[in-house]
Amino acid sequence: MRRTIKATRAAVILICMSWCITSAAQDSHIGKLVGNAKRGKALYVRYCVFCHGPDGDGRGESAPYLVPKPRDFTKAVFKCRSTASGSLPLDSDLYDTITRGIHASGMPSWKPLLRQERADLVAYIKTFSSAFQEEKPGEPVPIPPEPPNSAESVKRGAELFQSMNCWSCHGKDGRGHGPSVASLTDNQGNPITPFDFTGGTRFKCGETNRDMFRDLLTGLDGTPMPSFAAAMNPDQRWDVIHYIRTLSSSKTRSEEKNDSIRTIN
Amino acid sequence: MGIGTMKKMAMQCLILATLCAYAPLAHGIPAFARKYGLPCSACHEAWPMLNNFGQTFKDNGYQLGNGRDAPIYQDPSYWPIMFRTTPLWHRESNNRQAIDVVPGNAASGQFESVVTTSGFDLQGVDVITAGTLYKNISFFIQPFIGNNSIAVSQAWARLDNLAGSHWLNLKLGKFELDEPISQERSLILNNTGGAYQNYFFTPPGDNNFFAGIGFPQLGVELLGHSDNDNTRYSVAVVSDSNGSTGLPSNQAYDVYANFNQSFEAPWFGRQQVGVYGYFGESPTYFQTSGGNPIPGTGTGNRSFYRLGAYGHWYVNKFDFYTFYLHGYDNVFLGNSVPSNQPARLPVGAVAPVWNGGFVEGHYNPTPRWIAIGKYELNRMSREANPNIRGNLGNLDTWTVGYRWYPIMSPRAGLAWTQEYSRIINAGTAPLSGKDDIRNSFLMGFDFDF
Repeated sequence: MRRTIKATRAAVILICMSWCITSAAQDSHIGKLVGNAKRGKALYVRYCVFCHGPDGDGRGESAPYLVPKPRDFTKAVFKCRSTASGSLPLDSDLYDTITRGIHASGMPSWKPLLRQERADLVAYIKTFSSAFQEEKPGEPVPIPPEPPNSAESVKRGAELFQSMNCWSCHGKDGRGHGPSVASLTDNQGNPITPFDFTGGTRFKCGETNRDMFRDLLTGLDGTPMPSFAAAMNPDQRWDVIHYIRTLSSSKTRSEEKNDSIRTIN
Repeated sequence: MGIGTMKKMAMQCLILATLCAYAPLAHGIPAFARKYGLPCSACHEAWPMLNNFGQTFKDNGYQLGNGRDAPIYQDPSYWPIMFRTTPLWHRESNNRQAIDVVPGNAASGQFESVVTTSGFDLQGVDVITAGTLYKNISFFIQPFIGNNSIAVSQAWARLDNLAGSHWLNLKLGKFELDEPISQERSLILNNTGGAYQNYFFTPPGDNNFFAGIGFPQLGVELLGHSDNDNTRYSVAVVSDSNGSTGLPSNQAYDVYANFNQSFEAPWFGRQQVGVYGYFGESPTYFQTSGGNPIPGTGTGNRSFYRLGAYGHWYVNKFDFYTFYLHGYDNVFLGNSVPSNQPARLPVGAVAPVWNGGFVEGHYNPTPRWIAIGKYELNRMSREANPNIRGNLGNLDTWTVGYRWYPIMSPRAGLAWTQEYSRIINAGTAPLSGKDDIRNSFLMGFDFDF
């Protein structure tokens, strides 16, 4: 009898522990916000399902008409992260992507949703891949202070843009039509177009120089854009960023303002 | 043919009609959903009522801000157009209709009786074309095709994000005022409860040319909002023409302003509070030719205003609109007396004043279904003419209903709706002066593509 009680107690504890682990994996934590996957599911059905699909595999009803294609959450591969290439994103990375949207894609900014709702969506998106239960996200990459922008820095950046072969995808003038374009695909085999740096001041994963620095460090997983963590030192990355900023500087100030309308971003 | 066979055939016809109603929708493409690949539910709490994402999209000049808004990014075959119509069956009853004793003989005297009508019907066709003419220049054109007429419900162009700021947007044309809760996007369609009575209320016997904030108006609007649309304002200067073209009244201008602020309440959701006001002048008489008023020559303007406050409260899957209005019309307007003939005012005449409001609640457990309940009232606190009964014009309206969305896609929207409304209009029965009571029941499809 005593053995039965002990076994029952152990089973209950085991069930409770596994429930706790599972529910913790289905939560999201962004600052003080705790997202709930169950609530997130209802929001996903309302806002996301038509692009990302009911199974989160990026095969929603609208997906055939969208370029670039919606993210496949089941692969747990995300473009915009603060963590190293190949690692899982932080909850806050997913939250920021939902909030900011992805410029020049079908993904709008969902900032009009409540903060709690965005946190709930993050929690639900994580349920599409077991990776979020099996692995821990990477550590955020360090971003050093930006040195002053100067003509020398821009010149060095221009040289790096050539020597690091950035031009082969983004083009010599940064318009995104380099010689490699025809062969570029994402991790699902869909053709993908390099970013046009001349189109404005916003980028896929943000609009500040720090955002771009982070992209150079982490790469955009799932796309041909690699991490330059090993290939360039921090000063070189800042140089490249200073150069890239000049590619859209031929625009007038008012044109830049129009391009960066920040509508719901 | 037996009754059983006829019933069977009727059932088959009904099923066929239902299938036919579905069939064309699969090929329809709503303007914005097609452009962005988003479903109705992304922008609508329950179509056509907007949620905050949809409101933000609208406030941004129909732009998502994802770098794909300008027409240059669209497939050349894209045409930003949408059709909406509502085939339905409805039943209307009025408890005190004035009826001639001998039909066709107006001199035979009248009596009051209940009149009930019912049948299949169609609420016309809305054609909406809207979008961006260029980056940060948006437009909206809405012709309405009625049974025997075509009218332009709205037509405007808007300069968005002036000086790169969300706070400066300028709209010119005929447009719906930035109402606390949109009349154009009402979830209720029936004759009795479909209109927000407070938006259109004018006291009995009042000849104010202005017919209510529920009508689209002609003018210019400056509006702006924060990044997330939590803070919004709108100021409009409109002609005192009730939205009618051709300057039918005079050259007076009215001003409408609305301000609202939203905030996030833990555990409950979004909450919104706002204030609004409409201030204007209306002519009390016209220049005449042969005794007939000459359009555009209205004069003897007298003032009026409508102002109030409102809130929109979410409690998880429930949400409630609360709305309050305080109305005032000048004594000459209230008594339909030209201001150049003050002697014609009844003894003791005063400016009419009234208060009204409504509570509209929704239960929206899924994007595919919404239950609706509304109670609206209006109370005269001061009649223009002290010799008439004190509660003449008081209104009480109840509505219950639901809308079900069997399909929801980026291509088309279809709702099945059933609703019932009842209105009691105090003291307005045409002969007895008793309460006039009307009931409406409606069911049918509301679809767009």
